[in-house]
Amino acid sequence: MTEEKHFVEIRHAKKSFGTLEVLKDINLTVERGQIVGIIGSSGSGKSTLLRAINDLDPLSGGEVWLDGVQVNKSLPHRQYEKHINAMRQQVGMVFQHFNLFPHLTVRDNVTMAPKLLKGISNDEAETLAREQLEHVGMLEKIDAFPSQLSGGQKQRVAIARALAMKPKLMLFDEATSALDPELVEEVNQVMKKLAEEHMTMIIVTHEMDFAASVCDRVLFMEKGVVVEEGPPEVIFKNPEKQRTREFLRKHIEGAA
Amino acid sequence: MDVDLMMRVYPFFLKAAWVTIQLSILTTILGLACGALGAAARLSRFAFLRFLGAAYVSVIRGTPALIQLFILYFGGPQIGIQLDAFEAGVIGLGVNIGAYMTETIRGSIIAIDKGQREAARTLGLSKVQAFRKVTLPQAFRLMIRPLGVNINALIKGTALVAAISVVELTYTAQRYIGSTYKPFEMFLLSGVLYMIIIYGTGRVITWLDRKARIV
Repeated sequence: MTEEKHFVEIRHAKKSFGTLEVLKDINLTVERGQIVGIIGSSGSGKSTLLRAINDLDPLSGGEVWLDGVQVNKSLPHRQYEKHINAMRQQVGMVFQHFNLFPHLTVRDNVTMAPKLLKGISNDEAETLAREQLEHVGMLEKIDAFPSQLSGGQKQRVAIARALAMKPKLMLFDEATSALDPELVEEVNQVMKKLAEEHMTMIIVTHEMDFAASVCDRVLFMEKGVVVEEGPPEVIFKNPEKQRTREFLRKHIEGAA
Repeated sequence: MDVDLMMRVYPFFLKAAWVTIQLSILTTILGLACGALGAAARLSRFAFLRFLGAAYVSVIRGTPALIQLFILYFGGPQIGIQLDAFEAGVIGLGVNIGAYMTETIRGSIIAIDKGQREAARTLGLSKVQAFRKVTLPQAFRLMIRPLGVNINALIKGTALVAAISVVELTYTAQRYIGSTYKPFEMFLLSGVLYMIIIYGTGRVITWLDRKARIV
């Protein structure tokens, strides 16, 4: 075990659903400001790994650390709830299916959590909502309900909602997989913007081009293990492992 | 058809209709309370509470409401429960419809996509906050119509309390048949009044449902 402190550190992550081992001893470190992509076919465990970082899918074994604090430490139930809620406030998450709150306006989607958890005033909430929606180019839809938005617009609002909590780390779980092809780009643009602002991000994606263009490092996962890890130039252009090459070849064929 | 007779007795039926309305309102309130508690029990993380909730639902739904009323009203005094007919009617019917409402409420809550809860939890909301701010407001909207169906059944179900001599619409019809020998007119009169009550309730439910609908 190294002594130096990483911003995000996953040590020996293991996860089983019944007899199915989804994660088999995974290690991952991410430094502040880094953007890490995770690729692999469905069922490879990449989403499970991402969801373990904020304990949405608790690990069966191993540790998750964020900024010097263990996320999944063992505590009595009540204390753990408190601890995990505080941890999650620091980690934004964006889902494949957006999961916007359909009963709330765009404004309230963005401000609900900050109002509830940080006790900000209505004026501050309004400023925050405008600021965050401006950032993702959705300010003009501030009074709309989610059902009135396109998929790409929903996802941009979902990103604004996550950013409104001022997270240290953003997790993207196939953020563009449910979108029509012509709507993917607007979401990618927002993510690129975050990258330029040096937001630390972990991105699970099926979009190799996007991963190649924004990520500092890419992990290829298969059957619960990290097969290969490295800079995108190496992973996409000149991978070492046979399995990585096969996956990428299939993926390109599939996309063509 | 003896319209003249109907015109003469209908004020008494209106009075009886008011009793039916009172029964319906009180039963609805008690039913919703039992339904909310029942649903909370069935969704609890404590196995014992889940068992209690499930037992309540299957016992109540597995036996006739009339038998439940008889046990309460006629059997009650034997075990020290003294209720007048109206009280027994409200409690019996309320606890009965509460079992059906338990399932309605529970169903509406579990119908809310788990992604909603996850999104709320990832923002840092506690379980209770996520339930109050995200799951419940959406579940409320879902449950209005099916609760309306429960209430519709409950209003018609109030006819059962005639059997324990509560002077409501059905009992009143029977009483006037005793003196007039005109069952067609008397039951028709009470039937029409039931329908008016149910139609009015239906309109209220539709209005609520429309008002609660998300854009």
